[in-house]
Amino acid sequence: MNKDLENIKTTSYWKDAFRRLRKNKLAMVGLYIIIALILTAIFAPWLAPYDPYEVSYEEYLQPPSLKHPLGTDEFGRDILSRIIYGSRISLEVGIIAEGIATVVGVLLGSISGYFGGWVDHLIVELTNIVFAFPFLLFVIAIVVSLGPSLSNVFLAVGALNWAGTARLIRGQVLSLKESEYVEAARALGASNTRIIFKHILPNCIAPIIVSATLGMGGAIMIESSLSFLGLGAQPPTPSWGSMIDYAKDFLRTNLWYSFFPGLAIMITVFGFNLLGDGLRDALDPRLKI
Amino acid sequence: MTNYIIRRLLLTIPTLIGIITITFLLMYVVPGDPIRILMGQRGDPATIAMIRKQMGLDDPLPVQYFRFLTNVLRGDFGRSYATNRPVLSEILTRFPATLKLALASMLVASVIGLSAGIISATRQYSLFDYSSMVVALMGVSAPVFWVGLLLMWVFGYTLGWLPISGYGNISYLILPAITLGIRPAAYIARMTRSSFLEVLRQDYIRTARAKGLPERRVIYIHAMRNTLITVVTILGMELASLLSGAVLTETIFAWPGIGRLSVDAIIKRDHPMVQGTVLFTAIIFIFANLIVDISYAFLDPRIRYE
Repeated sequence: MNKDLENIKTTSYWKDAFRRLRKNKLAMVGLYIIIALILTAIFAPWLAPYDPYEVSYEEYLQPPSLKHPLGTDEFGRDILSRIIYGSRISLEVGIIAEGIATVVGVLLGSISGYFGGWVDHLIVELTNIVFAFPFLLFVIAIVVSLGPSLSNVFLAVGALNWAGTARLIRGQVLSLKESEYVEAARALGASNTRIIFKHILPNCIAPIIVSATLGMGGAIMIESSLSFLGLGAQPPTPSWGSMIDYAKDFLRTNLWYSFFPGLAIMITVFGFNLLGDGLRDALDPRLKI
Repeated sequence: MTNYIIRRLLLTIPTLIGIITITFLLMYVVPGDPIRILMGQRGDPATIAMIRKQMGLDDPLPVQYFRFLTNVLRGDFGRSYATNRPVLSEILTRFPATLKLALASMLVASVIGLSAGIISATRQYSLFDYSSMVVALMGVSAPVFWVGLLLMWVFGYTLGWLPISGYGNISYLILPAITLGIRPAAYIARMTRSSFLEVLRQDYIRTARAKGLPERRVIYIHAMRNTLITVVTILGMELASLLSGAVLTETIFAWPGIGRLSVDAIIKRDHPMVQGTVLFTAIIFIFANLIVDISYAFLDPRIRYE
């Protein structure tokens, strides 16, 4: 390649976006929180000072101490260790449930926007119906029907959380499909599938990333709410939500037992929200969800 | 205007039918025999068969669906397994409590959210702006039930200022209303701020300032009006999460509303009641959105849907 050309500094869209993101302090805080969550989940066995399932009746409901930095629960289990292991569940919910929702949302949204006609009407109406249900209650209804368990929570959240993504992607596809490069691709004889996946969707990646990031925070919140109601993770699995469910009975005397798992939920969701907001500003300053 | 309202009303019909259909499918197609739940493990086969026939559970699915649809449209939501009372009348008894809580928390949310949003917008990039927006984002990120427990601990157990749970005079309403109002308050603050900032840059605001109006008047009369539309939108959108949050809030504070009713029904495996509360809340939500949509037309003369 020509020497002169090599010397020209080019910045790609992604480089620009990352530079904008790095300048946003709050977004970086969010990113660090999420990295910390991922590391905690991966290295839980090494980070946790105790076995999260180890019962010790002599040490029940202890306040935070040097031995148990966040205290112990009613079975004498170490709360810090349980919170560390609980990060795995939250991360799983974020990735699996929101992953399902994003795939479904992107597929339905692009089909609806691209093909139009009765398919579009059907999908839009379905989206409206999902939006019409109070979300948590709808998830509860599904989980109750399928039976309370963590995997059913994944399924229910995944089966419902797509509506927002679908609506967003439909709007993007509607405007992109009129663009000249799509027309060119069609003139060259590209198939519909190829146009959607190779030409249109790559241009929707920014809103997809933003809505998936914010959606992960939302999915984690829903899981903890369901586990708090006893419909998600079943004992003795250490989920943050179910820990608070048990802790609430001891609230008067033992605040820390309720306090720390809730703090973990808040910090985690806060991290996803910060990063999601920051990504939105960095990837597309015009985009306002 | 009347045309718009009529058209908007007609548009809710397919959504309503969709909701009824999904609720039906959720409860009827799932595994688990309602009779077993009703009778426990004891019932003898003959009695079970008789009840099945009585309840029409042996009919083909489309027949059952059509019966369910017409029943719901006539206001018959079935009978509770637990009390054998009509589901709808049980729900209607509990509804005022939920409505009271929802309205009170909306009031909390509007007052906190609007003032925080306006102060932030008029002092953009100040310490107050920065910190209140971080607090708002934390408010959105904190689980409702956890906030409720913390408030309960501080104002109930420790300070002893307010009752911890139950239903009675206004003092019982304060903690649940704040708990439920925090999330929408945070959203309203964020949206008020951004829409206020946008409005403040408009020409008519510059005109208002140029003709020498006091800043107070510019902000609270001129800019405020155009921000209210945003607030109404958020209130409408937040209503769904308010009704969802009511499930958790009512559970914590032993508030005798629909949310608590549905959680109790879940624990008792009272399927018609679960179905009824989900359906009822969804219907309320649809009509609330209808009211929000129509109220746009009053708030914003540009929107007069023709």
